[in-house]
Amino acid sequence: MARTTSDIAVKPAIEASGVGKRFGPTRALHNISFSVEEGEIFGFIGPDGAGKSTLFRIITTLIAPDEGKIDVLGNDTVKDFRELRKVIGYMPGRFSLYQDLTVEENLSFYATVFGATIRENYELIRDIYSHIEPFKKRLAGKLSGGMKQKLALSCALIHKPRLLVLDEPTTGVDAVSRAEFWEMLKKLKQHGITIIASTPYMDEAMQCHRVALIQEGKILSVDTPEKIRAGFSRKLFSIRAPEKFRLITALKTFPETLSAYPFGDSVHVTFLNDTPVDSLADRLKKEGVNGAEIVETTPGIEDRFLELMEKPGEG
Amino acid sequence: MQNVVISVNNLVKRFGNFIANDHLTFEVYQGEIFGFLGANGAGKTTALRILSGLSSPTSGEVVVAGFNAAREPEQIKRNIGYMSQKFSLYEDLTIRENIMLYGGIYGLKKDQIRKRTSELLRKLRFEGYADRLIGDLPLGVRQKLAFSVALLHEPKIVFLDEPTGGVDPVTRRQFWELIYEASAGGVTLFVTTHYMDEAEYCDRVCIMNEGKIVALDTPARLKETYHAHSVEEVFVKIARPTATHNPLHQMAGSSLTSLPGDSHLKRV
Repeated sequence: MARTTSDIAVKPAIEASGVGKRFGPTRALHNISFSVEEGEIFGFIGPDGAGKSTLFRIITTLIAPDEGKIDVLGNDTVKDFRELRKVIGYMPGRFSLYQDLTVEENLSFYATVFGATIRENYELIRDIYSHIEPFKKRLAGKLSGGMKQKLALSCALIHKPRLLVLDEPTTGVDAVSRAEFWEMLKKLKQHGITIIASTPYMDEAMQCHRVALIQEGKILSVDTPEKIRAGFSRKLFSIRAPEKFRLITALKTFPETLSAYPFGDSVHVTFLNDTPVDSLADRLKKEGVNGAEIVETTPGIEDRFLELMEKPGEG
Repeated sequence: MQNVVISVNNLVKRFGNFIANDHLTFEVYQGEIFGFLGANGAGKTTALRILSGLSSPTSGEVVVAGFNAAREPEQIKRNIGYMSQKFSLYEDLTIRENIMLYGGIYGLKKDQIRKRTSELLRKLRFEGYADRLIGDLPLGVRQKLAFSVALLHEPKIVFLDEPTGGVDPVTRRQFWELIYEASAGGVTLFVTTHYMDEAEYCDRVCIMNEGKIVALDTPARLKETYHAHSVEEVFVKIARPTATHNPLHQMAGSSLTSLPGDSHLKRV
């Protein structure tokens, strides 16, 4: 490595300033700045096409930004890419495994490429790899989604990286495997590995120390999930009625309704200040919506995301 | 009382020694948004293929839109719509061309196709980019179009395969409004997914595990029965009974219970 550990410890693990990237007419990233502390689990939450993968490719030195720069572990992603590649573990969104190699062959391939051995770093992957070790002679292409994900994570870790970059690691994986996966990441914290992960699932934000909400190449907000949630600025009501379409259509016709979004079995609604909520059920009834239940509810991170998307200038 | 549009009675599907669907029995009603959930390999896709006339049951009786899946699969295909997030539209055709192509495939007459194409473009406010290639459009636009195209021939039932995974929160809600609208108009929506938050939008959900139905109820009642805050938590508790043998799974289950939003409701 070019620098000593003590040098790096005083700096954030990742420092991005003013990063921009275009692909032809498409502006994939626009003036992105953030920093990630060492040992943090940092999440990028945003839909498909938000720019998450592009950002991760810059962080992992695979592409260069058009504007701005990113320092990773004290190294510039463009100038110092050779150094950085040794200390980054990257699990790309599309599959990184060789389908026609076995589980064990994939792992030893990745170890060899980085000049490591499975034995010397086994402790790091033991909790994860032990789930798939019984199938080590199986071809990677024959594994279930959850097992592939565990193998890909083992492969990304086998050279004992200092930064782990996970691009949508839980997309397409069932709920049980998804929950397991986050538990594994939390355990990696004790090894001092910094982790950045992207996901389209809002609920996974709660698993991170801090998250960046990203949309159309811009960061809307960076904070702890709790603080992002707390940034919601209005009273939020959860309204439920048997006829959902009629309910949401009626709510949208009320002049004092600021927003009305379907949210599971209910509709999350905000109103202009001082709206008398008591009379709401009666007014809904006049619009033909029977049996409406109205409760005030605590906003979640997705509510805040929706609010930020309404007025992207804020936050 | 309610009009049954899908009736499944003791459906069994075997592949050699493997039982992919093990005596499934359930009904789906007209206008219902029915969620069909299960982990990878639980048997969802096999059942979906049978319900949509692509595969026949080994035994048991399946009736979809009034047609028997074993004897009248072609009739079923003509009377259902299908939309998948992964593939539904041709990327190298324009919006207009995709609508016309599907209209033709579903056997609509030329003037019908022309009329419904312009209706659809107006309804979705897509007139401005009717002649742009699908491949150049954002995912949310494609998704709304794919759903509308699946309704083009006015089917009674539409099968939706993971319709809103990966879409931004605003677009996803516009999409669910389209689904609610179709449902209010009497169309039955059969949603297969392993995104548990999609399940929260369904009227009833059916959870499959290892070829069997392990739960079928409204999301609210499932959460009550299993003392859970979300369908995700219900799923983690019951969809893989083997999970209880591994302490990791239990931890994992509890860690996802602290979802904000629908929990901590206060009465006003």
